[in-house]
Amino acid sequence: MDTFLGRYRNLVVLAAILFAQIIALAVQVRRPTEEGETRLIRIWAISAVAPFEKAVVHSQQWVQGLWTNYVYLRGVRRENRELRGQIERMKIEDARLSEDAQMARRIQALLAFKEQYVDDTVAAQVIGTSGSEQSRILYIDKGSKQGVKPDMAVITPTGIVGKIVQVAPDWSQVLPINDQFSGVGAALKDSRLQGILKGAANGATTLQYIMSDEKVVPGEQVITSGGDRIFPKGLPVGTVVSVQPGKDLFLNIRVVPAAHLDRLEEVLVVTRITERMPDTNDLGPLRASDILAERLPRVPNKTEVDAAGNAKPGGAPSPAASATGGSTATGARTTPPGATANKPAGASTTAAKPPGAAGAPRANAPGTTAGANGSVKTKPAAEPAAHAAGTAPKTTEHAGAGETAPPKAAASQHQGAEPAPPPEPSPTAAPPPTPSAGVPPQP
Amino acid sequence: MSTRAMPFRGSLTSREQVSVYEFSWPAILLIPLFAVLIQVFVKVRFLPIVDMPFLVTIFFATARRNPVTGSVTGCCIGLLQDLFAGYNHPLGMYGIALTVVGYGASSLGVKIDVENPGSRFLITFIFFGIHEGVYYGVAHGLLRQGVQWAWGHAAISALANAVLGIFLYRFLDRFKQR
Repeated sequence: MDTFLGRYRNLVVLAAILFAQIIALAVQVRRPTEEGETRLIRIWAISAVAPFEKAVVHSQQWVQGLWTNYVYLRGVRRENRELRGQIERMKIEDARLSEDAQMARRIQALLAFKEQYVDDTVAAQVIGTSGSEQSRILYIDKGSKQGVKPDMAVITPTGIVGKIVQVAPDWSQVLPINDQFSGVGAALKDSRLQGILKGAANGATTLQYIMSDEKVVPGEQVITSGGDRIFPKGLPVGTVVSVQPGKDLFLNIRVVPAAHLDRLEEVLVVTRITERMPDTNDLGPLRASDILAERLPRVPNKTEVDAAGNAKPGGAPSPAASATGGSTATGARTTPPGATANKPAGASTTAAKPPGAAGAPRANAPGTTAGANGSVKTKPAAEPAAHAAGTAPKTTEHAGAGETAPPKAAASQHQGAEPAPPPEPSPTAAPPPTPSAGVPPQP
Repeated sequence: MSTRAMPFRGSLTSREQVSVYEFSWPAILLIPLFAVLIQVFVKVRFLPIVDMPFLVTIFFATARRNPVTGSVTGCCIGLLQDLFAGYNHPLGMYGIALTVVGYGASSLGVKIDVENPGSRFLITFIFFGIHEGVYYGVAHGLLRQGVQWAWGHAAISALANAVLGIFLYRFLDRFKQR
């Protein structure tokens, strides 16, 4: 025996070491520890070196900041000029987008649609990685002392990064979206197709579970779908770079992450997400009649008003008469900035729109012009029913600097309008709109 | 502070004897530790395919030329690397791979001259492939992890590590005690 061990001592030692490690592996696989498989020795090891690494990273950043912010300022003036021009262009773009956003918030409020808001974040510094090709784990310098908890989302301004998987008092582990054990609920921004974004061992990310008969084009943006209950809906995830038929019935969609996952330095940990209704306070009050009218279809009729102020059907049925069983009114169906859509109530299901514009986006109705200050000027139009119902449209009611339509105009249009059936007493009592809407009135 | 000479039993070189180097305890402890820390904390900003713990294991194994010491060194460095490798990475995966590498490199170091850059390049290149193969075998065969094998990636990584190894070994030669 001694001879055998002496002769094969090296091999015996090698076999013993390997056997011990394989047994240890088997134990870990069979009996994962509690609280997220955190092993104490890992915590100790990382906690021992994390403070030094923090100091190194912060020192490095201080020196780097000193250099880039105070010494190396080449081209800053030119860059400043370019950025100023970019700001001007973005201001114009912002004015246009804010109008769309207000419209969207109104609609969300009408539909009682709750949105997820990122309420609070903690900025963290990336201080390390797993040191392994097979694992993309990141270490950040914020932990439970700063309010970080497992399953919190980690993002950057350019896109999502991953989620927190382990938390120590002073550091945390982040599972990035390109790790092979990661999965994120994602959706294509344009087509709204939903799938799961998964990582791979080589660091590639693919959007999975999109049926192969769907049309996905490279270049399309991918956003979070909110289905994983970790990332708020709508955060940028990445861009589709290639689409290939995959196994089974699904497409193999390769996605390049929006965040530079291999060059991360600072990240944001989303520590609080709340669900609440969109804030419509600054959009002005909404009337019940507005809500109802938003939900009811409209008839694409146009009322022409002659010189005497009489409304006459010009080849198209009069909106006043086109209402089925209800009154008719035309009004300023506009959405000026800062004001709600002005629509006549009184169970009206119609609004003056150009013929053929039924499916078009809501625009200023004929006879209505929006003032530069957000006010709405309403030309005389047929709205007797609304007037009779006591809900004549106040076109500037919600406008901040509104301009009220002259009473005379309202009176003249009242006179010139065709008689309409008595209005329903309540908007909610209006009969449901039928396909017969728009039929010319019987004399 | 000693250099032992042991009889050369192989036939790949013309030397009669090969030198066996020893290292001070601080070097034995701190060099692997720094290698792992560099791998974990600096890797993200530099070349991701470089494997510093692997290179240090090769260096110690070939310098000491003792299979038992090489196995133990590889095991310790590998387990240290496992500690930082993430929550879903069981302890022992790198340990097993580097144990095999340490044993093999030290056994080979007995037989060939591992002092010149050419042989160092070849040893590093070949053992990197063995390291990746053992790791893949453990991950795929024992643990059923979805690890993918890519020949191109493995070859490029092996080449990069072999080139870097030449310079790193030359630097680490300063810690050898003669």
